[in-house]
Amino acid sequence: MQHEPSTNSPEQAAQEAVVLPIQRPEGCPFDPPAELAELRERQPLTRLRYPDGHLGWLATGHSTVRAIAADTRFSSRYELMHYPFPGTEDLEIPPATVGDLTGMDQPEHTRYRRLLAGKFTVRRMRALTARVEQITAEHLDAMERQGPTVDLVRAFAHPVPALMICELLGVPEVRRADFMERAAAISAPESTLDEQIAALAGLGDFFRDLISDKRAHPTDDVLSDLTTSELTDEELAGIAGFLLAAGLDTTANMIGLGTFALLSHPEQAAALRADPGLADQAVEELLRYLTITPTGVRAALEDVEVDGQLIRIGESVTISIQAANRDPARFDDPDTLDIHRKATGHLAFGHGIHQCLGQQLARVEMRVALPALFTRFPTLRLAVPPEEVPLRTDMNIYGVHRLPVTWGEE
Amino acid sequence: MEIRIDRERCLGAGMCALTAPEVFDQDTEGGRVLLLDTDPPPARSLAIRRAAYACPSGAITVTEPRPASGEPAELRGHHIRASETFDCQ
Repeated sequence: MQHEPSTNSPEQAAQEAVVLPIQRPEGCPFDPPAELAELRERQPLTRLRYPDGHLGWLATGHSTVRAIAADTRFSSRYELMHYPFPGTEDLEIPPATVGDLTGMDQPEHTRYRRLLAGKFTVRRMRALTARVEQITAEHLDAMERQGPTVDLVRAFAHPVPALMICELLGVPEVRRADFMERAAAISAPESTLDEQIAALAGLGDFFRDLISDKRAHPTDDVLSDLTTSELTDEELAGIAGFLLAAGLDTTANMIGLGTFALLSHPEQAAALRADPGLADQAVEELLRYLTITPTGVRAALEDVEVDGQLIRIGESVTISIQAANRDPARFDDPDTLDIHRKATGHLAFGHGIHQCLGQQLARVEMRVALPALFTRFPTLRLAVPPEEVPLRTDMNIYGVHRLPVTWGEE
Repeated sequence: MEIRIDRERCLGAGMCALTAPEVFDQDTEGGRVLLLDTDPPPARSLAIRRAAYACPSGAITVTEPRPASGEPAELRGHHIRASETFDCQ
C-alpha cells in the first residue's frame, strides 16, 4: 500500500517541538529522565528543538532507534550534526580526527573497521579471560590490603580495563604508570579544559613514540599487528587514541555504576553470588538497565521516511538509547533490574555499522570482574549514603566519579 | 531453515558468534562471519533467528516457514521484528 509520509508545516513542527530532557529523577541515579517515557509513549519519533535553533528529531522507541542506527542514510559525521545538549549552541564541531571511527561514514569507516575487527572477535577476547581473571584477582587482593574502605573506581573499576588496554596496545610495563596518568587526566572531573587538551596532546606524543618502538621491535599485541598494515603512523596514533577513549571510560563506568546498581538491589547481588553462571545475562541486563552511553546523534544524508514521518536531508536525529532500552514494547517491566531476564537485543553498544568494536572485550571484563568482586567481598556495601555518590551527570559517558565502599562487620 | 550470510555487509561485531556459536564463527583476518553449519537442526532455529536479529549490519538472512501459515518468510538482519525472536509484544 502506497502512502505519503506525514509532513507538517514549519510552524506546526516548531510548535510541537520539545527540548531534550536530561535531568534524571531525584534520588534515582539509574533511571532516565522521566519525560523520555512520556515522549516514547506519545510519539516514539518526535520533533526536537536543538539549542542552536535547529529543528530536528528525537527518537525514543526501541524499534525506531534501532532502525535509525542501522540506516546508513543517516550520517555519523560530527560536522553535519546539531547537538541536543545545552551549552553547545556556539560550538563549531570539527570533523572526526584521523582514526576516530565514531565520526566517519562508509566507506572510510569500513576500511578502518575491517582492519580492526579481526583483533576483537569473540574468540580472541574470550582467550583473554584467564588474563582478566588474574588482573582482577590482583586488584581485589590490593583492595583487601588497602581496605576496609576504598574508592572502588580508583581501586578496581578503572585500573582493570586500563591494564587490559595497555596489554592490547602493547604498552610496556615500565611506561604504564605514565600512560595511565595521562589517560586519567583526560577525563578527570577536576581537570580544566586546558589540562585535558594538554593531556590529549601528551598522549598523542606517547602513542607516536610507542608506534615507532613497535615498528622497530614488534611484540604480540594489536598495535604491533597493525604496523604491518597499510596504516600510516598518524593513522595508527589516532586509532590508538580512539581505542583508549572507547575502551577505558566505558568499561570502567560499567563496572563502577554496575557495582552501585547491584549494591542498591541486594537481592540481585545475592542472586549473582549464589549462581555465578548468571554472569553472562547479568552483564547484558546491566548494560541495558544502565545504558551509560545514553544518547547518540545522526544527520540525514537524504530525505528518509521513518515511522511514517519524513526526516528531511540535513536534519539531525537524536537517538535516545536509554529510552529505547527501557521501552515496554520491547522489554517487559523495563524499569526493573532483573538479572534473570534475557536482555539480548538491548542497544547499549549501539546498532548498525558503528556498534561497539570492543564489545566482546567489555563483556569478558565485566563477566569476570563483577562476580569476582561480589564473591570476594560478600559483605560489600556503600560507605556513604547513596545520595552522596558523585554521579557523572555532566559527562558523555554516565557513571560514578567515585564509589566509596566498605566490607566486614558492620 | 535456509541461512545466507553477506560478508560484504559484515563488519565483524561478533553478535552471531556470541548468540549462536554452533552455527556462526568469525574469521581471524577481519573478524567477518563464517557459516559453520549450512543445515542446522531445528532446535537451533531460535538462536539463529536471534543472531540474525542481533546482527548490527544486517549481514544474516534466514528463510523458514512461518509456523502459522507454512509460507516461507525471509528475515534479514535489522528488518526482523523483536516479536519474531523474543517473547514480547
